[in-house]
Amino acid sequence: MPAMDMTNPAVLPADWRDFVALTKPRVMYLVVFTGLCGLLAAPELPPAVLGFTAILCIALGAGACGALNQWYEAELDGKMRRTARRPLPDGRMDRQSALHFGVGLGFFSVLLMGLATNWLAAVLLAASILFYVLIYTVWLKPRTPQNIVIGGAAGAFPPLIGWVAATGHFAALPLLLFAIIFLWTPPHFWALSLFVRSDYAAAGIPMLPVVAGIENTRRQIFLYSLPMAAAAVAPWPLGLAGPVYGGCAAILGFVFVALAARVLANRAAEPAGMAPEKHLFAFSVFYLFALFAVLVADRWLTS
Amino acid sequence: MKLEEEVVRRQRERARIVAWLLGAFVVLLFLITIAKTGMNW
Repeated sequence: MPAMDMTNPAVLPADWRDFVALTKPRVMYLVVFTGLCGLLAAPELPPAVLGFTAILCIALGAGACGALNQWYEAELDGKMRRTARRPLPDGRMDRQSALHFGVGLGFFSVLLMGLATNWLAAVLLAASILFYVLIYTVWLKPRTPQNIVIGGAAGAFPPLIGWVAATGHFAALPLLLFAIIFLWTPPHFWALSLFVRSDYAAAGIPMLPVVAGIENTRRQIFLYSLPMAAAAVAPWPLGLAGPVYGGCAAILGFVFVALAARVLANRAAEPAGMAPEKHLFAFSVFYLFALFAVLVADRWLTS
Repeated sequence: MKLEEEVVRRQRERARIVAWLLGAFVVLLFLITIAKTGMNW
């Protein structure tokens, strides 16, 4: 790995692909999808071009978060195998370019959201970016093993923003969607952090498995999966979604809790023996996609 | 390829992409204006 030089800017101007990589496009899919579902689940839909712009702004806001996160954590990323090939620790881009790109993208996304949809959605988008960068990345992540629990709120904003962009106001359903992602984030990230915990330990990041141990993390994963599954079913008994959604949410939640129980029962301490954790992590991504897709389908079927 | 040539190639590539993005942004602003005017917001 080339040595990282923070003082001497790179000789070559960064390649445009490195700017794309800075936005963490693989993480963006889920953000964009949940934002889109929040928008499509709303009782009134904006014209297509305004809906498209709202989702574009959510994607750009997420990109700004990714860029500013990588700008701030450039040195930490260099210490972790999983992140060492990113543009900044790999020396393919200077830090100032990443900072300017992230700040510019953030301002642009908020301004465009306000102009295209409404300023409440723009304020929510700005709040989610600031929450992710300042509260999660700068404040919580390097200090507390509860970083994911509170920081998870940043990733829970998109469906709320999508709904508010479409309607201009809050409602019970998008707040529940916020709660579902908020409760989903800890088991999702802790499952990952269990099998990459040596990376986090090497970088000195106090993720739960590093600070509280593997067994405690497995117990926390299982405990969080229970209210998450309950919150996911809640829109049905509350009359905010139909039985199609309720049935699918119950089945998906049952599988999630069953996989979390397998994680709880696992005794392996090395990543090679952590198949249940890897299965839970993979399923958690599918779970969120499926849950939100079914919600939109259910809303459209019943409306 | 010489370093200078690579610098120029990357600058041109970035300039081309920025130009396309700016063009797309102008079109998007135009469409937003039309949509919002039609909605009488």
